[in-house]
Amino acid sequence: MKLVDHIAVLPVLLPFLAAILLILPPLQGRIQWQRSFAIAANLLLLIISVWLLVTINNQGIQVYALGNWQAPFGISLVADTMAALMLLLTSVLGLSAHLYACAGDDARGSFFHPLFMFQLMGINGAFLTGDAFNMFVFFEILLIASYALMIHGGGKQRTQANIHYVFLNLIGSTLFLFALGTLYGTLGTLNFADMADRVAYLPTEQLPLAKAGGLLLLAIFGLKAALLPLQFWLPRTYSAATPAVAALFAIMTKVGIYSIWRIHGVIFGEQAGELANMAQAWLWPLAFLTLAMGCIGVLASQSLRLLVANLVIISVGTLLMAVAINTEQTTAAALYYLIHSTLVAAALFLIAGIVQQLRGKAEDRFVTARKIAKPAFIGTCFFIAALTVIGMPPFSGFVGKALLLKSTIDQPQMAWFWGAILIAGLISLVTLARAGTTLFWRSQGNQVTSESTPALQIVGVVILLACFPLLVAFGGPVTELTQQAAAQLYQGITLTAGAM
Amino acid sequence: MEALYAACVGLMTTCGIFMMLRGHTFTLVMGLLMCSYAVNLFLFGSGGLTLDAPAILGQAKQHADPLPQALVLTAIVIGFAMTAFAVILAMRGRADLGNDHVDGEEPMDPLAKPSVPTQETK
Repeated sequence: MKLVDHIAVLPVLLPFLAAILLILPPLQGRIQWQRSFAIAANLLLLIISVWLLVTINNQGIQVYALGNWQAPFGISLVADTMAALMLLLTSVLGLSAHLYACAGDDARGSFFHPLFMFQLMGINGAFLTGDAFNMFVFFEILLIASYALMIHGGGKQRTQANIHYVFLNLIGSTLFLFALGTLYGTLGTLNFADMADRVAYLPTEQLPLAKAGGLLLLAIFGLKAALLPLQFWLPRTYSAATPAVAALFAIMTKVGIYSIWRIHGVIFGEQAGELANMAQAWLWPLAFLTLAMGCIGVLASQSLRLLVANLVIISVGTLLMAVAINTEQTTAAALYYLIHSTLVAAALFLIAGIVQQLRGKAEDRFVTARKIAKPAFIGTCFFIAALTVIGMPPFSGFVGKALLLKSTIDQPQMAWFWGAILIAGLISLVTLARAGTTLFWRSQGNQVTSESTPALQIVGVVILLACFPLLVAFGGPVTELTQQAAAQLYQGITLTAGAM
Repeated sequence: MEALYAACVGLMTTCGIFMMLRGHTFTLVMGLLMCSYAVNLFLFGSGGLTLDAPAILGQAKQHADPLPQALVLTAIVIGFAMTAFAVILAMRGRADLGNDHVDGEEPMDPLAKPSVPTQETK
């Protein structure tokens, strides 16, 4: 077996091995060594994700049977274009967040680097897995790492936010197992491809049970993705975490959205017979209300971190509305928007972290305070990120929203969709303009705060900001990839099932 | 047997949910523990209940579905780890916040008489 045959498992194995090595003696306790090693591992992960994407582009979907146990009995990893794009996104995000953390945030508590690697392992695994129970396992890996990362650095506020976050997710995990048990009891399998095959031929008396299991799964993914009634934990959790961790968490809501795509968009999609599109009736109104709630949250935010956390909720609402429409065109557009919105949320979290350091006691709250020492650089960064997140040209936010709007042009929900997205854009514009003027222009007295920004933090932000012009400049190839990903998502299930 | 089994799972889940709704971290952990026992039983039953059937092929004429047993084993291990974390977090929360309510402070009781403020300021 050549190395290229194992490429689908490398994005899981590499962070796992790196995390273990980081705990062992040569690296343990030496923060400088740990930093270099962890950054090297992140770079390697980036290279592997690009390689995986290229391999899939040349050779088609990679199915990897773990331990050579064949599906549907063994666990398989399925790397299609969508998974590979999400992996690439995770590695870019991981790299920049990690660089930012290496400027000093990582030394505030122990085990930051190993936990970060375990978190990456969990996220990568959740994207790659082709088996529902295995997805649960990877969810737990990413969750337990995130529990510890979230409380990293300590403090009363973090403990309090962490208690809510941990217990909500533990309840979510219990429900996840109930859902999986129900689905296994009715469908007799947990392999995605196999489930998609069998769901259409369910006997009538099993239908309500399978529907209950499927909708329970929707509730759990809704909790991870911060869908309306289950989104109240998000703003407090994200604004309490350290900036680097919050930036990494920007991908966590997307794990939930990705799972809804896989399970409810495809397995319970068009071909599911009686159960076809059962989630859509719930998803559409809830996603719409999530967006509305995000807008209210944005207007009410009193600090930059809370504002960004609420912007994450707006992006979740937008994406889930696109998921609810569930056509190939919309999915392709939504995938582009997903990539852009994750990157921009992470960039804004990092910028908020820098602003918080620079403004001394005023932190990132929207109050007039002393002048920032060198406002030009960080102000420009904020301006670029704000333009992107609002969806103004020339950056990727504009392309993402334009694609989304264009893809829904002949859908019955078009009026609601366009209205919601455009009004949300307007509200973000107003609030970000207010935030920017308060933070960078209005100041009291002539005294200047003297804190400076470490170079590594700037590098972390610049990497993320560089993605926005790149996403526009290479808009053609990127949209081709998202198109291909959407096409594979909708045909892929029968394709992989045929190969088994 | 099926009815008894289902009743056990249902009773345990009910107790678990009741305890989880109490709003204190200790009862929350106990409730989660109850629910995770219930879910383990539920998963075990999801492959169908059989008597005298080993989960290994070739050992007997009738065999039980081995997959739920593997799933339960994994779920137990993960449940243990998560409960351990939750207990430690609950203790940390008790130490940091000064009480064990999930919101970090006891909710105000509108019927309580105004009393002298306590000296405890953690």
